[in-house]
Amino acid sequence: MSDVAPEKPKLIPITIDGQQIEVEPGTLVIRAAEQIGVTIPRFCDHPLLDPVAACRQCLVDVDGARKPTPACSEQVRPDMVIRTQETSELARQYQRSQMELLLVNHPLDCPQCDKGGECPLQDQAMEVGPGESRMYEKKRVFTKALPINAQISLDRERCVLCARCTRFSKQISGDPFIELFERGALEQVSIYGDQPYESYFAGNVVQICPVGALTSNSYRFGARPFDIKRIPGIAFQDASGANVRHDVRKGVIQRTLARTNLAVNDAWLDDKNRYGYEFIASPDRLTTPLLRGDTGSLQPASWVRAVDAAAEVLKDVKPEEVAILTGGRLTDEDAYAVSRFARDVVGTDNVDFRTSPHPDDLTVLPTIAGDTTVTNTLVEQAPVVVIAGLEPHEELPLLFLRLRKAWRQNQQKIVVVGPVLGRLEEIAWQWIPTEVGGEAAALQALATGDHELLAPITDVLGADTVVLAGERLSGSPDALPAAHALADAVGGAFAWVPRRPGSRGAVEAGLLPGSLPGGRPLATPGPVADVWNRVPSAPGKDAASVFADAIDGTIKVIWLIGVDPVADFVDADLARRALESVQTVIASDLMPTESVRRADIVFPAAAPTERVGSFTSWEGRRQAWPQATGAAGHVLPDWDIVRQVARGMGTDLGWETANDVRREAAPLMAVTDERGPSVAEGTVWSSQAPSPDRPLAVAPVPFLLQEATMLADAKELLASAPPASVWVNPADADGLTDGHLVTVTGPDGSVELTLAVTPSVAQGAVVVPTTALRELGAGMTHVGLAPASSPSTPDTASAGDA
Amino acid sequence: MPQVKVLSKRYDEPDAHTLEGYTRLDGWRALKRVLGQDPAALRDVVKDSGLRGRGGAGFPTGLKWSFVPQDTGKPVYLVVNADESEPGTFKDRELMERDPFQLIEGIICSAYALNSPRSFIFIRGEYLFPGIRLEEALAEAYAAGYLGEDIQGSGFSHHITLHYGSGAYICGEETALLEALEGRRGQPRLRPPFPAVAGLYASPTVINNVESIAAAGQIMEHGANWWKQWGPERSPGTKLFCVSGEVARPGNYEFPMGTPAREIIEEACGGMLPGRNLKFWAPGGSSTPLLTAEHYDVPMDFDSIAQAGSLMGTGAMMMYSDKTSVIEATLNWIRFYEHESCGKCTPCREGNFWVGQILERMLGGRGRPEDIDTLDELADNIFGRSFCALADGATSSVKSSIKYFREEYEYLIANGRLPEHIEAHAGPIADNAQSDRPRMMVGTGHV
Repeated sequence: MSDVAPEKPKLIPITIDGQQIEVEPGTLVIRAAEQIGVTIPRFCDHPLLDPVAACRQCLVDVDGARKPTPACSEQVRPDMVIRTQETSELARQYQRSQMELLLVNHPLDCPQCDKGGECPLQDQAMEVGPGESRMYEKKRVFTKALPINAQISLDRERCVLCARCTRFSKQISGDPFIELFERGALEQVSIYGDQPYESYFAGNVVQICPVGALTSNSYRFGARPFDIKRIPGIAFQDASGANVRHDVRKGVIQRTLARTNLAVNDAWLDDKNRYGYEFIASPDRLTTPLLRGDTGSLQPASWVRAVDAAAEVLKDVKPEEVAILTGGRLTDEDAYAVSRFARDVVGTDNVDFRTSPHPDDLTVLPTIAGDTTVTNTLVEQAPVVVIAGLEPHEELPLLFLRLRKAWRQNQQKIVVVGPVLGRLEEIAWQWIPTEVGGEAAALQALATGDHELLAPITDVLGADTVVLAGERLSGSPDALPAAHALADAVGGAFAWVPRRPGSRGAVEAGLLPGSLPGGRPLATPGPVADVWNRVPSAPGKDAASVFADAIDGTIKVIWLIGVDPVADFVDADLARRALESVQTVIASDLMPTESVRRADIVFPAAAPTERVGSFTSWEGRRQAWPQATGAAGHVLPDWDIVRQVARGMGTDLGWETANDVRREAAPLMAVTDERGPSVAEGTVWSSQAPSPDRPLAVAPVPFLLQEATMLADAKELLASAPPASVWVNPADADGLTDGHLVTVTGPDGSVELTLAVTPSVAQGAVVVPTTALRELGAGMTHVGLAPASSPSTPDTASAGDA
Repeated sequence: MPQVKVLSKRYDEPDAHTLEGYTRLDGWRALKRVLGQDPAALRDVVKDSGLRGRGGAGFPTGLKWSFVPQDTGKPVYLVVNADESEPGTFKDRELMERDPFQLIEGIICSAYALNSPRSFIFIRGEYLFPGIRLEEALAEAYAAGYLGEDIQGSGFSHHITLHYGSGAYICGEETALLEALEGRRGQPRLRPPFPAVAGLYASPTVINNVESIAAAGQIMEHGANWWKQWGPERSPGTKLFCVSGEVARPGNYEFPMGTPAREIIEEACGGMLPGRNLKFWAPGGSSTPLLTAEHYDVPMDFDSIAQAGSLMGTGAMMMYSDKTSVIEATLNWIRFYEHESCGKCTPCREGNFWVGQILERMLGGRGRPEDIDTLDELADNIFGRSFCALADGATSSVKSSIKYFREEYEYLIANGRLPEHIEAHAGPIADNAQSDRPRMMVGTGHV
């Protein structure tokens, strides 16, 4: 490669409204006008969609042009002279005329339209439209408010047929189940027959609709733009770090929208992050501390009593008999506070944020703490991306969109390694299918580059290659280190891509046994020792050992903070038995989960929008947000809960506000040379051999909209979810019918799932939702498939049936 | 200028549509002459002939061919636009029915000149009979080695795919045609990129009308000067005129370009029907502005008609007498455009709907004095502002009928009915089966 920087393209001189400017070649006239602060009216134009020039609202006057010029599709030419509505009566007349035509068949039902008050059509009609209509005739009439899926309603009368929604579904998300049908004045947006518009990104079409044609059922008639407060936030359903805006009325979220941040989420949001806010206002929320009373049931208690009870319990046992387990949902501040509390106040290193712990996490994750090399931008620009242990469409949908954009715009070569290709089928360049647990060998072969069959791939790997390892990869022995080594071997960049919003922050806060903030090993705490009063000397246990030892009686107190192992732990049965055996369970949570029901002391925690906080996205991007909603009852953020308990135990951690925690945490969580692998011992899970009746190896994937506490009350969202399914290769389908219910039988039991026969799963492997592992059995296991015992029904997606 | 038979020379031979008949009637001479020649030289012959596209726009065919890059590494595709759907136009139909091999030979010669391995004939879906004739002819041509690999031992290979449209006028617009041919919804594409550079399957593509390709074949056989013996300098050659309306003998007639309209009608068509006098006429199909009896002597070539304020179009002459209401005729055409608008852009989709509504209200006796200006202005607001030329064509009859027959509009609005001498039309205007009005289809959507 030459080290001469590519020559910058020569700028093109143009004149807009008398102003001479220079813009890059290829700039659209509408964008060029924006550069001098002129907003040419538009409906179909969207900067992230390909131009379509359909609405004709942006017509301007260009010198020498035979016809009016649509600014949204016309690229600048040297010495072009453009006159917009600002300086040209002709352009104003063009735009007035198109506005009149747009309103010919528009019902003008603004007073009862959700879009009223924030509607581009309404705004522009008020600005340039005629005060009175010349249209005496009858308008086109359609049946109104038709559901196109469980979440979205379509009003075809209001539609201006700008094709933003259909272009989004084709160009951005790649699930074009919404299309234009018919023609002429009957042209309309529609879905195919009874097939709902099934997409994890469907909500975006509501947000980009320039009129009130597509509206969210969850927001329908709920609020008016002028009586909601718009409060910026950060997505809390996954590790994307997506920038959002919460629209809040009377302290309750009415809707969540994407905020544009080209470095993170462009202008998009997946439906889980968009619609998964209902749990915050759920009537089931924990609103007061609870203590297990004399009768054995949980009773409301004051904060003082609950804090004292917890402090008492923690003081009564030896430090190593205490374990504090968090999930991947704590804010950075909370993660740090809990990390310090455990080591400094309690004196235990038994901390773990993982619900599926594997030894490879301990050797790799602390060594990448604080990394910010791999960003969305880098992923988008990388010519080659290697992906292992990650199905981004299900696990991190906005990363899927980023990859799809890179594939579509930059012809990125995407290499997938592992048994599951999933939705990457559309965009992957090469797939190296492996058996379940067999990724390491393939990744090592790529690194050494001496495998003839892989030559087309190894030839293109290099310094600009990005290796993305999903959080599931550590479940495959030696694969996570092998992925890291692959990046090192080719000189490329490596990123660990967790799913939950707080996982990356937890790594940096030191919520792994044997790992301190910044990924520092216990033995070399560095500046941590200066800030903390003490640091444990011996590494603690991981979550699996904690549960095993709780059953043995060597762990006496388990404090669960924002985690529900009875539902989410990889071996849910082990977790359940542990919580039932252990002397005391303390739980801090939002909802009365199965784990909370087994606790003795319960602290109600604040939801993300009820407090200030920050999350570290998978890129390592730390983004803070302000409080958006009022608190549900007597809830506190988790850092405050541990602060109170520390005080009860006689330690003042010196924090009064979240800012105090941040100030202390920030330097310790920053990237440092002192980071290194944890020497704590990780649990190795037993694996079971296949048997004739259970021949298929399970590759569990957390499906985006599978049952989850944080999706509580999001009725429309859950109704739009595809049915829980099992993916199997055609070679293994063996007489079973795609779309029918099948019984999946594992060592511990069986579960009924909808069968998806797809070549994007390796032969011999089967993808099941992680939630199914509770019934099937944990560890590396095998299952068999059979027709369901209950009447087999074809896949009847219920969405759209309303 | 007398009638000539160049493209239509085999029309009266009953077996011209068979391989045997075509071969006997001097077929394949162009091909024999062309194979083995330098393709670039052949392209120059077509360019030198001055042949202008017969699909309506009159763009020089040779110039169009010269835009096609020959060195992209991608195949060059030739697409024959046989989606002849405009009211009044039926010249390509008869050519394909009566002399399908002339088209096939023209395609092979043109493809040879363009180094194209495959061509597509996009034929109007309703053209079942011409389609069958073409299918039979293609089968015979393949069997006889005129198509396929190594044509007649020349080393040149070419394949033709016949594709039926699905009933949409818009697919005659070349980029919408390409969209439909690629299997998508027939709506026009943004240009650039132009089809010559990135057309069918993003490859260099030439799109020509049936008559243009047939003429190109003959030009390559006989040379550029032979073609230029007919017609004025800027519109050389002969032209198939398809005449319809209130004339004694409607049909296809081939004349040299520049033949006055009067001569075509009086000599070939036997004049207007008895007792009827010419009132208005469209020189080139429903999308060309109307002319009147005053323009009867206009020479039928691109420039002369443009000078008279209309367009040559496809040479589809539609002749109307003083017993016909220009307003009813305009409504009939508008209904067509309203129905055929693809819906993509606002002015065409909403504008034609609205124009139709206004005309219908006027003819229903509820016209308002301001309607004429509204219609006129509306046509201006549609013309040139739509995505493609379909809507431009739709405004032609509106603008020109107001221009020449404003008093008929004024009479209708003032009296609530048309003048006495207008005869009510049977059939087509009163009940155009194609033109379902949107408001009659309330609530019938796909959802």
